[in-house]
Amino acid sequence: MSTANEFAVVNHSVPRADGVAKVTGSAVYTSDITLERMAWAKLLRSPFAHAKILSIDASEARRQPGVIDVLMGSDLGAIHPYYGHAVKDHPLLAIGKVRYVGEPVAAVIAESELGAQEALEKIRVEYEELTPVLDVDSTLAPNATLVHGMDYIGGAFRGFDDFPGGKKNVCQAVHVEWGDVDAAFAAAAHVVEGEFYFPMIYAYAMEPYVAVADYDARGQLTVHSSAQHPFMVRHDLAEVFDLPLNSVRVIVPFVGGGYGSKSYTKIEPLTAACSWKVSRPVKLQLSVDEAFLTTRSDDACVRIRTAVDSDGKLVAKQALIHLNTGAYAENSPMVCRKAANRIVGPYRFPNVRIDCLAIYTNTVPASSYRGLGAAQITFPVESQMDELAHKIGCEPQEFRLRNLAHSGESIHPGLRPIDADVPGDIRLADEVLRANGALAPKHGRSVCCSASDAGAHPVTLAMVQVHSDGSVSVMSGSTEIGQGSHTVLMQIAAEEMGIPLEKVRLVGSDTAVTLFERSTGASRTTTLMGRAVMEACREAIAQCKAMAEELLGAPASEFVEERGAIRHGKERLSWPEIIERYFQMEGCSIIGRAYLRRAGPLKSVPIFWEIGVVGVEIVLDEETGKISLDTLVTVGDVGLAINPAMTESQDLGAATMGLGVGLFEELIYDGQQLMNGTMLEYRVPRFSDLARRIELKLVQNRDGVGPYGAKGGGEGSLNPIGACLANALYQATGARVRRLPLTPERVWKALQERRTPAPAAQPQPSGGSNTPAAKTRA
Amino acid sequence: MGAQFGRLIYNGQRVKITFELNGKAAALEIEPRETLAEVLRARCGLTGVKLSCESQVCGSCTVLVEGLPVSSCTYLAYEVRDKRVTTIEGLADAKGRLHPLQQAFIDQFAFQCGFCTPGMILAGKALLDENARASEEEIIAYMSGNLCRCTGYLAILRAIQQAGAELRGEPATSGDGAKP
Repeated sequence: MSTANEFAVVNHSVPRADGVAKVTGSAVYTSDITLERMAWAKLLRSPFAHAKILSIDASEARRQPGVIDVLMGSDLGAIHPYYGHAVKDHPLLAIGKVRYVGEPVAAVIAESELGAQEALEKIRVEYEELTPVLDVDSTLAPNATLVHGMDYIGGAFRGFDDFPGGKKNVCQAVHVEWGDVDAAFAAAAHVVEGEFYFPMIYAYAMEPYVAVADYDARGQLTVHSSAQHPFMVRHDLAEVFDLPLNSVRVIVPFVGGGYGSKSYTKIEPLTAACSWKVSRPVKLQLSVDEAFLTTRSDDACVRIRTAVDSDGKLVAKQALIHLNTGAYAENSPMVCRKAANRIVGPYRFPNVRIDCLAIYTNTVPASSYRGLGAAQITFPVESQMDELAHKIGCEPQEFRLRNLAHSGESIHPGLRPIDADVPGDIRLADEVLRANGALAPKHGRSVCCSASDAGAHPVTLAMVQVHSDGSVSVMSGSTEIGQGSHTVLMQIAAEEMGIPLEKVRLVGSDTAVTLFERSTGASRTTTLMGRAVMEACREAIAQCKAMAEELLGAPASEFVEERGAIRHGKERLSWPEIIERYFQMEGCSIIGRAYLRRAGPLKSVPIFWEIGVVGVEIVLDEETGKISLDTLVTVGDVGLAINPAMTESQDLGAATMGLGVGLFEELIYDGQQLMNGTMLEYRVPRFSDLARRIELKLVQNRDGVGPYGAKGGGEGSLNPIGACLANALYQATGARVRRLPLTPERVWKALQERRTPAPAAQPQPSGGSNTPAAKTRA
Repeated sequence: MGAQFGRLIYNGQRVKITFELNGKAAALEIEPRETLAEVLRARCGLTGVKLSCESQVCGSCTVLVEGLPVSSCTYLAYEVRDKRVTTIEGLADAKGRLHPLQQAFIDQFAFQCGFCTPGMILAGKALLDENARASEEEIIAYMSGNLCRCTGYLAILRAIQQAGAELRGEPATSGDGAKP
């Protein structure tokens, strides 16, 4: 498991490349960017969940001092105002109709932010209210009002040809099936069945959405944005404004957190349209309160049943997942597909039938949220694993180990076999919890896991410039969103080129400069961009060797390669020396490049399985129902950690975000209105929620397709937390809660309603039947 | 009525204030309604002041006034007249050497996206200036007004402990592993 460190730079916890900038306040985020002649935009938002717009009168707003112009849906005839990478259903401003409370209806563009804000109240909008559909059940009812009711065309993504269109409220339907599910359930020894609910979540990236757009007189559109996927944004902007790709430049500086919520296109087309309207650079800075009204996670109702045979082997799973997708598709079609794939978990199932529907409602649009559907479905899956274990009288970890797929085994017909040691990961987490000794009263423990088909579609291009002075520039279109990708990519370049890390710099996401990278998400950057940077370096080295053949008049087969150089006889030539001698010129550079696509080692998808393994020990206050974390253990099965400290930090961050979902976070609608869309009312984890004991474990078996056997991480540790908490609560009290978050009120009520006695009478749950802890507990 | 009321509270008048900003005298003409964060970011170019929740919940806009942490998003600039204001840009010493807390945040990997970091470091500084011997419990209690969405807080706790030890003149503690 441990790696004898054969590496000079990678697999070392070197300090972050963005360290000094971020601790001195000099790191530039999009919100810090100001351009010459820049105007400000502010948005008027819909007060209704579903209404026709009869008229908009902006004449008084236009007369306000400092107001330059007002943009509304009726101004958008000259451009293609509907965008969306999956399906183009999203108008950049409401056109004729609003579909959720908070939808942008008009934009005031003014000399100052305050001036734009103050003019908003001078706009008069006349609406005619329509019946809204606010929850999944009423939306699916026969004769339900249609959220869209018109046809749209597909966006940049292939693979959504089965998009059912706007004639129904079903945005996307995914069916996964193998084996004979009905026969398997009929013959099963034991079955558990239940309905689970995972709430709407706001990711709360601390930097709210922001963009600065400049549509200049030359027809060049430049957009600075807090976007995770600059190239996907470029594609959408090119389509909205009918521009060639070379006329759209998207630049992403440092990003203040995303967690999926900044993936794909958000406010960039609207900001660009404001600039197009007034022929000046325009900045649109949303507040956090507005970010609440921009993107949330899909909440999920999961009806699921799972069966075992008389040997305790899993034989069948059936699930119906309803995702509440809100008013626009955004990335929910992909969330839908991923939730359907991931609900199988890292287990062997001979018979599976999954139906997942993403459903339009008149609520804030849902899209990617860290884990992309996995958090929503791991809660029911892993809750039910414990329920089944208890039902058949088996210890939950033993039950999991009996059914987990081992490395190299397939869990999904046609997909890449499991490339991780999940049973080993589970044992490791279990060991850490057992070290706590006997389980005290009101304490509960659980270890849960998830398997995500991660990495998204592998199209990743990169280049490195090797300069004749020995320094190297890495050109990468991956966004530095906090995950530390810049540091990791620089480490890989230093390792490959045989130079100290200080000699590497990274040129970050700028679509005019860096090569195409499909996205920054799905934990793909280390695996794909890391591999691309490694291959680009190796290609540059191959060029250097060819140059050396000419310079030395000798074939490369006679060269001995050393770190950063070749030796031929007595002569040693470093890469920069070769470049300078070849060109007879100081200050010269060469380019090495790599084009990764779905071929060769990246042919099989997913690119890797991201495994989440988390263990918790909780403490319950029975008087109040409040759950606190005693112990948290994460296991990052990452192949090789390019920077172990940063990898651990990602795991803890994801687990902490999961703790928020598990214990506090939920967006609550009352009718049409989002009731808690401010940080005063939306509780996220704080310092005081730190567990007493935290163990961050890394498993490094070098079993990934990334550089040196690396795989991605950073999402997995979020997924199992909800089930961990619910299972630990059950162990502590015998109460089973199938709805997150486990707020004190919800837990307290469950304790009042519980019928079963405390699990002294239950088969031994997590903690192990042969440990002193378990015996004491029993 | 509304407009009249608006004129009552603000008639476009600007107010001249003087204060000390990161060790240097500063004089500005402000509108009485402007927040300290707006003035520092837009007028003084101190974009290390980060705005997030704008409701005194998250702590990302924390700056020090007379050495004490305030949420500059809801603190009127007018209130700093004749007072000492410290932002993240004023923490390194005259030679550009990082403050022990800044160095500790780098050493302990106590940030990812970095958006909460300036406020986090300034809140930590106020704590350590008041009590360089703050216990783990005291640090957790004091820092609970500053949110971080990336790290899960452990590394930040470690960083404040490391800086505390350095300010007390003790050898640095190891930053890896579990909370004791």
